[in-house]
Amino acid sequence: MSVTIKCTDIVKRFGDNTVIPGLNLEIKESEFFTLLGPSGCGKTTLLRMVAGFNSIEGGTISFNDKVINQIAPNKRNIGMVFQNYAIFPHMSVIKNVAYGLTTRNVSKAQTERRENHVLDKLTITPLRDRMPEHMSGGQQQRIALARAMVIEPDVLLMDEPLSNLDAKLRLEMREVIRDLQKSVGITTIYVTHDQEEAMAVSDRIAVMKDGVIQQIGTPRSIYHRPMNIFVANFIGSTNIISAVAGGRTVTVDGYRAEIPALASPLPEGTAVKLSVRPEELLLAGPDVPGIKGTVKSSTFLGNMTHYLVMLDAGDEIKIIQESSETDYLSPGDRVNLTINTDKVNVFSEDGAKNLTRGE
Amino acid sequence: MLRRRRQFDQWTVITLGIILVYIVFMIYPVLSLLLASLRDASTGAISLKHFQKFFSKSYYMKAVINSFKVSVSVTLCAVAVATPLAYIISTVRIRGSSWIRVFILISSMSAPFIGSYSWILLLGRNGYITNFFKNYLGIQTPTIYGLPGIVLVLTLALVPLVFSYVCGALKNTDKSLIEAARNLGSGNFKIIMTIVVPLIIPTILAAGILVFMKALSDFGTPSLIGEGFKTVPQLIYNEFLGDVAADNGFAAAISVMVVAFALLAFIIQRAISNHLAFSMSALYPLEPLPAYGIKNVLCHLYVYLYMLIALLPQICIWVTAFRKTKGLTFDEGYSLQSMKTAVSQMSVSIRNTLVFALSAAALIVLIAVLVSYSTVRRPNPLTNSLDVLTMTPYIVPGSILGIAFVSAFSRQPIKLTGTALIIIIVLAVKRMPYTVRSSTAILHNIPESLEEASLNLGASSMKTFARITMPLMKNGIISGAIMSILSIITELSSSIMLYTGRTQTMTIAIYAQIIRGNYGLASALSLILSVFTIALVFLVFKITGNKELSY
Ligand SMILES: Nc1ncnc2c1ncn2[C@@H]1O[C@H](COP(=O)(O)OP(=O)(O)O)[C@@H](O)[C@H]1O
Ligand SMILES: [Mg+2]
Repeated sequence: MSVTIKCTDIVKRFGDNTVIPGLNLEIKESEFFTLLGPSGCGKTTLLRMVAGFNSIEGGTISFNDKVINQIAPNKRNIGMVFQNYAIFPHMSVIKNVAYGLTTRNVSKAQTERRENHVLDKLTITPLRDRMPEHMSGGQQQRIALARAMVIEPDVLLMDEPLSNLDAKLRLEMREVIRDLQKSVGITTIYVTHDQEEAMAVSDRIAVMKDGVIQQIGTPRSIYHRPMNIFVANFIGSTNIISAVAGGRTVTVDGYRAEIPALASPLPEGTAVKLSVRPEELLLAGPDVPGIKGTVKSSTFLGNMTHYLVMLDAGDEIKIIQESSETDYLSPGDRVNLTINTDKVNVFSEDGAKNLTRGE
Repeated sequence: MLRRRRQFDQWTVITLGIILVYIVFMIYPVLSLLLASLRDASTGAISLKHFQKFFSKSYYMKAVINSFKVSVSVTLCAVAVATPLAYIISTVRIRGSSWIRVFILISSMSAPFIGSYSWILLLGRNGYITNFFKNYLGIQTPTIYGLPGIVLVLTLALVPLVFSYVCGALKNTDKSLIEAARNLGSGNFKIIMTIVVPLIIPTILAAGILVFMKALSDFGTPSLIGEGFKTVPQLIYNEFLGDVAADNGFAAAISVMVVAFALLAFIIQRAISNHLAFSMSALYPLEPLPAYGIKNVLCHLYVYLYMLIALLPQICIWVTAFRKTKGLTFDEGYSLQSMKTAVSQMSVSIRNTLVFALSAAALIVLIAVLVSYSTVRRPNPLTNSLDVLTMTPYIVPGSILGIAFVSAFSRQPIKLTGTALIIIIVLAVKRMPYTVRSSTAILHNIPESLEEASLNLGASSMKTFARITMPLMKNGIISGAIMSILSIITELSSSIMLYTGRTQTMTIAIYAQIIRGNYGLASALSLILSVFTIALVFLVFKITGNKELSY
């Protein structure tokens, strides 16, 4: 039932505007795969090409090695959850859910069994005969999921399914979606611009920018070893610090640090960029060797305290420290920063290449 | 969006089919008319003879100038009366305003020529009001015949149209715009002139061009109340169907010039509107607020005075329908005699009206829904040309459409003259633009993702259309159909060119009875028509759940 999806050199143009200039992608069987990127980067466009609602100007999309470019959208056996849910307003919940079954020749007994199963699974059995108007976002979301899943599709597509929900429901529904996907084992493409959501639900993530995939990997590898500065910035929060490298050492404003993870020794005097997450920086007093700076502000958030530090070299740095009752800094305090060298990423000066080894 | 490359499917076939229908029933008649205008009937050669004839006599030019006078005055008057009316009703709390809206609506549904006949009953040589002033006060009222009467009648007939357009625009004007202006220190008059008027100008222009076209093409009103004041539709009618020396080629030539002129007016209006266009939607629409003191009195006075004048002809007809008659003259007292005669003698035309209206409305709805779907959901050069085709009747006045049909379908290969079908088709073609516009608006409000969801769940595009799109459009479609029926049952100018004894409709019967001087019977028939109209209006209210209609 579950399939692999393969996109080979696919191109999308709207008139003269090339939105996707040639994209390659392979999604494994039963995988929860997420397209992540800023708004306007072409995620929806790509998803709609898979669904069959957008023409494909070049390349092929295949399910299990069968090219589907020419198959009409209603013959692709894809389940899709739309951003606005697209619940048919003139049909009851059960009619909505059963709609896809009426277009397939499913026996009556089978229909009923599947309907009940999916309603039960998404806990919307009590809504069965109600009309969808005035239902909450969460309920509509469940109906949309039920309607997409009941046809036992080969592939499930979801376009920002949580973007219309409030924060609390978003957390709840992302668990529902994740559990449903795992229990059915359906190959899923999920679109979002929210990196935290992507990391929480995905097996693998493709980070996109301007129609080009920047990196594909597990949430962990993308977070810890971003392939370029765009990804490092987009996934989580990070500080970019200019440095000079030589061999496996980098120097920032007179502070030298050994970076064991560097893939190969660098020529003396190479300009590089370091990407250091706020929690990978340690604050120390002025007597410990480190990068020199001055505390600009501090924000106490209970378990954690956020600091903004102005380096003497000019960069502004975010730091997150565990709060402690006695040990806190005030604006104006002089500090030295040291870096957790295992976790730091070193990029070429233009930010296009990560010079450290991935695990 | 369903913009796929390989689009040759059922929708392409449907689009091509409807284009073919329009080629046969729109392009071909108009071309025949053009050809007729350029052909010398005696020799069969192409010539400009008819056009030369037109410019050779000032008599003909006079009719054109008269038509122009009528259209311009009516447009100005209707805008001048309707805009304040709409503004007052939208912003000031008027007692009974929801009923006033309904009355305005209903008064717009009656045929203008019935209005003119009823003004003759009121203000004509032997009218109720004229006699009252003459006998009791010794005052001679000004004559209603000629230009003033035509302008009065057509203005009253077309004010509701401008009113509904302007109300629509005001509804989309956010209250905060006015509040902002007031907050910046503007007075009421300044707000109206600097904020309200500029915001509704595009709407007024759009309504104005419609009024202009309707006034230009109206045949019945000038015929009844114009007396010596001849306008173009009469000229065409006389040259075409006249007892003395009918000249089809000449009638065609005049028609061609009128259409060219209408096209020009339409293009200018479009250009101006596009230049001014902006879209508005109001979070907090304007709402009627209570006014006090002299302002309150003046506002009520304006609205009620308009109501009185608009209702007077209706009341007059209702009363006349129940007056006792002796031959062609009225007797003292009241009776049901005219009503009985109307029902017994005119049952054929009553039946014809209903059958034609229902068939035409069915045709209109079917085609309008298909056209709007294909133009909205599948925009491509083919569907765009279809959109243009269905809109052309906007600029072809009814009487001209009528004679175009006669010149195209009075001989083989397609001989339709004298049949009911030709009237049904002409009515459908003429009404189509309005219903296509309203279906298009409905479709724009249905999220496309609903249709995509259906396709995605395995339904074919036809099944999606039938199970998702159509049911969601249902209310709009039904009210569109009823609005079509409403406008068709009061239609005169094109059907009068095409009817025969067997295909006479109520409006034609009323017109014939008025010409014959049989006022009692004409009133009784008009009353029946009004009852149909009112019943249909309330039916639309019931279906749409509010007291608003779009044209
Ligand atoms: N139907 C369309 N016609 C023209 N341009 C489009 C269309 N759909 C999307 N685009 C363009 O393609 C780009 C990517 O859009 P989209 O896929 O919706 O981005 P995302 O979903 O990542 O926010 C945008 O620049 C958008 O303007
Ligand atoms: Mg999107």
